[in-house]
Amino acid sequence: MAVTQLAAPPAPPTPATKKSPTAAPLALVLRRVGTLLITLFFASLIVFFSRFVLPGDPARFLLRGRSPKPEALAEITKQFGLDKPPIEQYFTWIGGILHGDWGRSLTYRQSVSDVLLNRLPVTLELVALAAVFITGLGLIAGMLASLNKGGWDRFILITVTAAGAIPPFVAAIVLTALFAVQLGWFPSFGSGDEGPSRLWHLTLPALALGVTFIAFMARVTRSSMNEQLTREHVEVATSRGLTRSSVVFRHVLRNALGPILTVSGVLIAGLLVSSAIVEQTFGLTGIGQLLVQSIDRLDFAVVQAIVMIIVTAFVLANTVVDLIQPLIDPRIAAGTESR
Amino acid sequence: MTLTGTLPLLRTHRYGSLLSVTGWVAVTVTLVVVLLSLLAPVLAPYDPDFVDLSSVLGGPSSAHLLGTDALGRDMLSRLMFGGRTSLVGPLIVVAASTVLGLLLGLAAGWTDGWISRILTRVFDLLFAFPALLLAMLAIAIFGKGLIAPILAMTISYIPYVARLTQQLVVAERSRPYVQAYRVLGFRTPWVVLGRVMPNLVPTVGAQSTLNFGYVLADLAALSFIGLGIQPPTSDWGAMIEEARGALLGGHVLPAFLPALVVVLIVVSINVIGEELSDRIGGKLS
Repeated sequence: MAVTQLAAPPAPPTPATKKSPTAAPLALVLRRVGTLLITLFFASLIVFFSRFVLPGDPARFLLRGRSPKPEALAEITKQFGLDKPPIEQYFTWIGGILHGDWGRSLTYRQSVSDVLLNRLPVTLELVALAAVFITGLGLIAGMLASLNKGGWDRFILITVTAAGAIPPFVAAIVLTALFAVQLGWFPSFGSGDEGPSRLWHLTLPALALGVTFIAFMARVTRSSMNEQLTREHVEVATSRGLTRSSVVFRHVLRNALGPILTVSGVLIAGLLVSSAIVEQTFGLTGIGQLLVQSIDRLDFAVVQAIVMIIVTAFVLANTVVDLIQPLIDPRIAAGTESR
Repeated sequence: MTLTGTLPLLRTHRYGSLLSVTGWVAVTVTLVVVLLSLLAPVLAPYDPDFVDLSSVLGGPSSAHLLGTDALGRDMLSRLMFGGRTSLVGPLIVVAASTVLGLLLGLAAGWTDGWISRILTRVFDLLFAFPALLLAMLAIAIFGKGLIAPILAMTISYIPYVARLTQQLVVAERSRPYVQAYRVLGFRTPWVVLGRVMPNLVPTVGAQSTLNFGYVLADLAALSFIGLGIQPPTSDWGAMIEEARGALLGGHVLPAFLPALVVVLIVVSINVIGEELSDRIGGKLS
């Protein structure tokens, strides 16, 4: 998925959302958590009731692509409580999710939560490795561009602009052709065993997953640092005779972290969504591949669960970012304009 | 000067060319790709689905300018016809989300009170669903193909257009020309749709141009993982997927050509969109 689109434009200032100068941290936390819960509630309504837009027998919908016997239809009706009113079905579903009962998978014939738990580690490792690449390569490229005006800056900017337009699935194809087929350095398929083998198998997928985000991170870092470099406090620090590295890390980078952190919240969710494509391409047994397979095999309970997980991760990441912001820039907590 | 305020578009002309050289290159690339796709039935040298097992995985030659794929089908013809399916999806999504987003954004930005608050909340909620994820949920319900992802992506992109519109309208409301119309007693729908909306179209258009590239990449990705356009229909994403076997065997062209076209068109559209929003959006901040 392309990246800049993920960075939602900031909400327009309305009198209700303006922070009062006296807003206590606790009130801020409570309000954020409240918004989080309300968003998740409505999101769960969308995920659950989406299947009701189709007319017809819900039992037959859940058993599409199979040739259901009457007993199977009766069983599925009983299992999902399809004969009960929709509202009651919703509360059974959401209650189950909150208690760890995510329903049963039709293809795996075991509980959805077991299937998910088996699949989750690979996805988390993939996303974590991609995050390492993004923070490492993106931050370094952005800092290099910002601190070396001229040739380096232009080279990095052009590379990053081109890389930013490469969708993950194209990156996967190019990386496979180059590093797996031509050079044979990395495997092109499978997730390998635990340990070093896993890391080796995940390198190409993590790079494919991260390429747009590395570019995005580099651009944000560059512009954020460029903005800080022209500020008075940096000039003061430089004229006080502080070393360049001290100025860069303590005065420029720290203040530049705000925008960088803001985008990383959205990045994490973007990674989870794109991981579906990357995992499918590289044959990694994570929840992304499970999502694609479950859509393919018409296993709707699993699809619902994974969509809900990704939406939750997305909303949660944004809330955490909102809450961390004041720790990095105390002026945000104080309610003054962040500059 | 009249009060109509369609000035911003004209002003960019007065200060020189609308786009840079890079921008015009991007426009040219986009136009060439679009024209080749549109004229595919006339220009394509072969039937895109014609299987010729005697010339499998052939390199570029005088008979097949861009070579053939694993079934001996002509790559150039498939790329041209593939453009038709690959471009029509993003076009529908962008057109629909722009119109609906513009109207909802105008409603949210112009009104105070509960309409505005509810719309803002709805936009926030929709932002929680990444476009690709909502598309997958829709495919799980409606089945594979182009219709489900187009519906879902239209819904996903409405808040991007709507929130931008909302911000612009809030800024526009307090401007003198709007107040003048109000004082003169013009009716609100006429002022909003006839006088305010034209001022927003350039900025919103630039955002929608950017959206086109993202939607194209996402739809191609869905076809690539087998959830979108189904083979044998030629589509750039589906072509890359079909060529994966050949790629692992060392034949890069059948997979690389459609990938190159996707990247080329996404880069071009990003360049155009960003230059337009730099040129036009300057007045926003």
